[in-house]
Amino acid sequence: MDEKTLDIIISRYEAPAGRLLGIMGEIQNQEGYIPRETLEILSVKLEVPLSQLYGLATFYSFFSLKPVGDHVITVCMGTACHVKGAVKILKALEEMLGIKSEASEDGKFSITTEDKKFTLEIARCFGACSMAPVLRVDGNLYGYATPENLPGILAEYGWERHEN
Amino acid sequence: MKIKSVTDLVAKKKVGLQKILPGKPRIAVGLATCGIAVGGDRVYERLKEIIDKDRLDITLTKVGCIGYCKEEPLVNITIPGKPLVILHKVDESDAEEIIRSVQNGGVPYDRALCQVPAWDHVTGCVMDYGKGFDRIPLYDNIPFFQHQKKVILRDAGLINPEDIDEYIAIGGYFSAIKALTGMDPDSIIEEVEKSGLRGRGGAGFPTGLKWRITRDVKADKKYIICNADEGDPGAYMNRNEMESDPHMLIEGMIIGAFAMGAAEGLIYIRAEYPLAIKRLTLAIEQAREYGLLGKDIFSTGFLFDIRIATGAGAFVCGESTALVASIEGRTGRPHPRPPRLTDIGGGLFGYPTDLNNVETWCNIPVIISNGSGWYATIGARGNTGTKVFSLVGKVDRVGLVEVPLGTTLSTIVSDIGNGGANNRKVKAVQTGGPSGGCIPFRLFDTPVDFESLNKAGSIMGSGGIVVMDEDTDMVDIARYFINFATGESCGKCVPCREGLKHALLLLNRIMAKKGTKQDLETLALLSDTIVATSLCGLGQTAPNPVLTTLAYFRDEYDALVKP
Repeated sequence: MDEKTLDIIISRYEAPAGRLLGIMGEIQNQEGYIPRETLEILSVKLEVPLSQLYGLATFYSFFSLKPVGDHVITVCMGTACHVKGAVKILKALEEMLGIKSEASEDGKFSITTEDKKFTLEIARCFGACSMAPVLRVDGNLYGYATPENLPGILAEYGWERHEN
Repeated sequence: MKIKSVTDLVAKKKVGLQKILPGKPRIAVGLATCGIAVGGDRVYERLKEIIDKDRLDITLTKVGCIGYCKEEPLVNITIPGKPLVILHKVDESDAEEIIRSVQNGGVPYDRALCQVPAWDHVTGCVMDYGKGFDRIPLYDNIPFFQHQKKVILRDAGLINPEDIDEYIAIGGYFSAIKALTGMDPDSIIEEVEKSGLRGRGGAGFPTGLKWRITRDVKADKKYIICNADEGDPGAYMNRNEMESDPHMLIEGMIIGAFAMGAAEGLIYIRAEYPLAIKRLTLAIEQAREYGLLGKDIFSTGFLFDIRIATGAGAFVCGESTALVASIEGRTGRPHPRPPRLTDIGGGLFGYPTDLNNVETWCNIPVIISNGSGWYATIGARGNTGTKVFSLVGKVDRVGLVEVPLGTTLSTIVSDIGNGGANNRKVKAVQTGGPSGGCIPFRLFDTPVDFESLNKAGSIMGSGGIVVMDEDTDMVDIARYFINFATGESCGKCVPCREGLKHALLLLNRIMAKKGTKQDLETLALLSDTIVATSLCGLGQTAPNPVLTTLAYFRDEYDALVKP
């Protein structure tokens, strides 16, 4: 993120209440993650220790320190989704994308495919429980997901099945 | 134009009514988050395309969600002199048929769910739509709606949440002007106390008392905060309240700020709700433009403004001290109370702070407009008013349900929800999210109020009701919640951080059929210890799903363990 964009974001947060998380949230939204350089510049500009910003970035699950793929797929793991088979949806996606679930370094679930096309993440709950199980791709919600209708959804984002 | 007097407000009300009943057909598409996700926006775009192309004399608008999620996308049609008709399961291919019918003074009957001849918006406005369309069933006869009582969701799905005029049209901001110009802070707090309103975030603390404590503290500055960090998985009432009727929340906060003497309000909202953030931001801007926020509100000299603070995905931030830490830009780790938020040194930046849930604030305008006496007749003794629940999981009719407190689980799940989905038998419900518990079917005559749910081992929580059927594995449900709480534990205190982790290990072992009877005893003992010794509400309540499933579904555990 260039400094000018960052300055514009910072200028939107004059009052101290909600400032740090608000700014970091906007960086996360625009970049898909929080680049280390941006965090360093932010630390200087706001006179907040880098360690504190790092603490926030790792404490809150909305922030990611690693770059994500072109498309981010987020599977909702809320209660309604869980009882309606969210785990099956996650497993099916892992299989489709050829990735294996493992906890990342900062304890968050986020895996990116080797070709950097897709990132698979989980969320606690989107609050769209009526159409469970739910997933989100780049901000678009898809309800009533089944392992069978996933290929159709992902095809909209350029996914193709690779035969092994 | 700034609204300074009742006359100004009445003038705006007329403008708003003209928008709701424009004297020509009005088509309103239900566009809350779930309505959009199931294709409501495509319906809206297609309707717009047709209306624009032929320059038709039809008003097209957006509304929020009336709560019948199973039937979405929903579209309302009002034709002058005729009842409002709710269409269900509409998709974009229906758009031409809808327009054609409307132009002929009718509606597409095969898409009609029900009709509403008149609607009471409770805050002094009954919308008289008209009569006709006898073939379409009445709203009051639809099983999903007939057991409900809409007080909080009185406007949801019927007015445009992005237009302040429509909120004013149905009686909005009249409570604020009544409170600020006709009542003193003490009498407002007295009304809230007499109404019996208890906090809707889950704990059920008397709202009036909390307000009085905040008011009585002597300080240069006070804050009020709205907790919109709806973190319980399976709960989305607050999202809909903000997406469908954001001004109701703002009006409640204006009244509260005046009563407690606060000049600044904050809405702490989770980042997972982008549409709610957008609509609230817009609503705040509109309220400022009308002078309902800012300096000298209603020429009373009262100054108050609201800002939005976004969360960043941490369940523990629903806890009051963690929430405040998060707004201050720190990691959300709770600290022991006292000091409470309302104490000097305990609140936001050290100032006394009142924190209430979205739905608590939403109750305020109606208490002021209709009076505490009216409010106290709704619900049960000690549990007055209505509560919105999200009825989800393996239930036939999923959706948002508003009922008087004291309504039984059986009414909610069987009568409103029509029992299990796909004719499966309902086994239990889980209420209160990760802090709640599972209540078995045989206890479904339990009235849903704060005390009765506690007695059954669960809690009211913020209002999520997740239905489990005969195929649901209850040990897996317990494991699911312990896994959730383990991940969301902030790590500050040992019982929660380590205790939950070991509870999870035990549950994993039991589910892998490697556990013993002794493991079940250890699990129960460990759970009791976590409840008794954790620092904050997260840890103190996290074992509830285990304790309740152990109590009510012990056979499922026994079947998994070696003797």
